[in-house]
Amino acid sequence: MPGLSTALIALVRRDMRLVVRHPSEVIHPVMFFVIVVALFPFGVGSDPLLLRTIGPGIIWVGALLATLLSLDALFRSDFDDGTLEQMALSGHPLTVLVLGKVFVHWCATGLPLLIVTPLLGGLLGMAGEVQLTLLAALALGTPTLSLIGAVGTALTVGIRRSGLLLTLLVLPLYVPVLIFGASVVLAAGSGLPTVGHFYILGAMMILALTLAPLAAGAALRISLN
Amino acid sequence: MLRAQSITCVRGDRLLFQDLNLEVHPGEVCQIQGGNGVGKTTLLRILCGLSLPESGEVLWNEALIHEDPGKFQSDLVYIGHSNGIKLDLTPKENLTFALTLQSSIPDVSIDEALDRVGLSGSQHLLCRVLSAGQRRRVAIARLYLSRAPLWVLDEPLGAIDAAGVQGIENAIGTHLDQGGMAILTTHQPLHLQHAAIRAVQLDN
Repeated sequence: MPGLSTALIALVRRDMRLVVRHPSEVIHPVMFFVIVVALFPFGVGSDPLLLRTIGPGIIWVGALLATLLSLDALFRSDFDDGTLEQMALSGHPLTVLVLGKVFVHWCATGLPLLIVTPLLGGLLGMAGEVQLTLLAALALGTPTLSLIGAVGTALTVGIRRSGLLLTLLVLPLYVPVLIFGASVVLAAGSGLPTVGHFYILGAMMILALTLAPLAAGAALRISLN
Repeated sequence: MLRAQSITCVRGDRLLFQDLNLEVHPGEVCQIQGGNGVGKTTLLRILCGLSLPESGEVLWNEALIHEDPGKFQSDLVYIGHSNGIKLDLTPKENLTFALTLQSSIPDVSIDEALDRVGLSGSQHLLCRVLSAGQRRRVAIARLYLSRAPLWVLDEPLGAIDAAGVQGIENAIGTHLDQGGMAILTTHQPLHLQHAAIRAVQLDN
């Protein structure tokens, strides 16, 4: 379909433009991420060894929660103002349009998280090469978080005050990403091989990339019904 | 031709309507009437395939609309209860996006369409600062940008002033003269010259 790629590009451009006009959607999750991670040294003490051990987990949980916080914006405004039903009636598969929306969502939330992570890694006393591993793990993991989140958001967008329900649906599905994302950084810290972890993170991303848009597109049709 | 056969719709545990039959032929307008809450919007959403009826089927040119949704949707313009515009975009940006989605080339330019709905002076303002009637006009402008034969309009005249209403009536008239069809709901009387109006009454 020749019109599909044009429509997809137009959607990405439109959503990027909306993000630029509403920068708070980018800034708030990142601020939240920074504050959550920065709170831990106050709570558990500033023992460098302890921080180095729990640091990867803290950063991953922070990234998880920041993504979760931003998920509602993914389809909510399109659902409320009727542009979602126009997309559903455009003759283009919602699956592909969802992919475009998730891409913009990742650029607006996942990418900023990656950018501030070196700052937080330094705060938690991580060594340079460990930080690189963390960044690579986040680069593979955060798209998975956005994609899985899109399914949950698509299912709950028709429900008012769906925030808590969304959390209950999505957080359990984030557990595998959390496990492998945090353990790869610990492995790198102890000088163990990390390639296996990266394969699994990559496999999870490809699985989510293949299946999540299908599920989210179908869920959006149900929400519109 | 759009044909709906014995449509039954249940929302929650409330029966909205049952065994509803409806036909719209080229050059005809179908006005769905009834008080608030009888299911006019729901019926329109069923006719465009957004909602599924409890039973019954909708056919477009004798083919079920769910069999080839792409074909049906390219013949359809739907202006729903919500305007389907982004408040943080200008009218022109909104229409450009709508046009890209429908992927057919219109007879008139976006500027021309905005001019016809009386928004040529506000095309570079964000829709957020426009009034309710002006936002509705942005949605209405999509009618001029489409060559689809079937228009499904949910309260198109809501919040529109007298001059705007006349403009929309003229647009519907021209559309019907060219062999188009329109299905709409409105609480205002519709003044259409030499057009066949079918009325469908929904009751509780």
